[in-house]
Amino acid sequence: MTLDVAWADRWTRLSAERITAARDELTELDRQIGDGDHGENLDRGFRAVVAKLDGSASGEQPPAQIGDVLKLVATTLMSSVGGASGPLYGTAYLRAAKVTGLAELDAQGVVALLEGALEGITARGKAQVGEKTMVDAWQPAVDAAEAAANAGASPADVLAAAADAARAGAGATVPLVATKGRASYLGERSAGHQDPGATSTAILLEAARDAATA
Amino acid sequence: MSAGPVGTRARVALVLVSHSQRLAQGAVELSAQMAPGVLLLAAGGTDDGGLGTSYDRVSAAIEEALQAADGAVVLADLGSAVMTVESVLDMEDGFDGRVRLADAPFVEGAVAAAVTAHGGGDVAEVLASAEHAGGTFAVGAETPGAAEEPGTTDGEPAADGGTRAVVTLRNPLGLHARPAAVLARLVAGFDASVAIDGVNGASVLELMKLGAAGGQELTVTGEGPEAADAVRAVVEAVEGGFGEV
Repeated sequence: MTLDVAWADRWTRLSAERITAARDELTELDRQIGDGDHGENLDRGFRAVVAKLDGSASGEQPPAQIGDVLKLVATTLMSSVGGASGPLYGTAYLRAAKVTGLAELDAQGVVALLEGALEGITARGKAQVGEKTMVDAWQPAVDAAEAAANAGASPADVLAAAADAARAGAGATVPLVATKGRASYLGERSAGHQDPGATSTAILLEAARDAATA
Repeated sequence: MSAGPVGTRARVALVLVSHSQRLAQGAVELSAQMAPGVLLLAAGGTDDGGLGTSYDRVSAAIEEALQAADGAVVLADLGSAVMTVESVLDMEDGFDGRVRLADAPFVEGAVAAAVTAHGGGDVAEVLASAEHAGGTFAVGAETPGAAEEPGTTDGEPAADGGTRAVVTLRNPLGLHARPAAVLARLVAGFDASVAIDGVNGASVLELMKLGAAGGQELTVTGEGPEAADAVRAVVEAVEGGFGEV
């Protein structure tokens, strides 16, 4: 399975499906430590992304490269999400797009994509590991992807390593006390809940993994 | 491109970004009253008009600003509005340095920036004006009683070499936002440095901070080539009562 523009298209559509399915779960997580709109916002954003993909399939020029798909996701999420996850994920996809002006990704290309995304999120949100944010899923995902790529894994296996690490990272946010974003207003009371942004990160990277083996 | 004469075309436009469409429009309305002729664009709310910020609205407003002005200064209200503006600037590589996001309080920064833009300031000057707004915008205590009766002029200004005058505020409400903006714009039009009761006469916020009430005396001093004309113009404007008497 090559990671090409068709994969990027599948990844995006699968992300939308999974986010819709997880909408209530994300909203419930966000209701506990945030303002309860994460599921709804991301669902709206990814529905708009799919509508754009469909629109470009019928009328406009379809995205020719992986980077074009990622850029479409970036601008659409920024425009349609409304909350902070819009610019955060938007910048992540945007930076990921900048480092993947390629027709096809090899293992190092997957690492570069993930590194770009992480860099975008930290540039925009100014969060670090351990602050109970989406960075707590992205950072282990990048670390695991690098390790896998350096060990000679296939591009799909690099994605799988990243997705597994993101899921574990999301789970590991449960005991953390939030020090960034809305949840930080709760202080110690934010402990005991899984971070919604880290959870949606895991969902998106699992979709990337599954789109590569579909 | 060169700057037009003061009041004909500002070199810098403002883009006001809020989670709320109405808040952004209200800030535009308020700033427009202070600085007529400055291009002020509201980019508030999501695409469907809900609370939030829209990349497309912000991006379109900035592009519109740049079609009419040399540069733009952007103000944003809260976290994700700031992030959205940063995203737009990132995406367009900062529009070749023609656009800057101010780290400033939304309303105070917008008013200060608009008045500076009206005076012909460039992007750096308008940005600095917005960013200094937070520290200067503490309206001083009003003097109860003084506002009860309209002030009277004390006749001929006490000229001192043509650069110093004392004038009494005639309008009952004193130096509130609109008259402060009138004076600041007036002062900015002269090649002179004018102080009113010791504060910068070209700064709307510093003038408002004086909290000068109707009936209060103001000391106007000027330095520079057009100091005499500038001081005379300020005295005339104050004596005119800003159309409020």
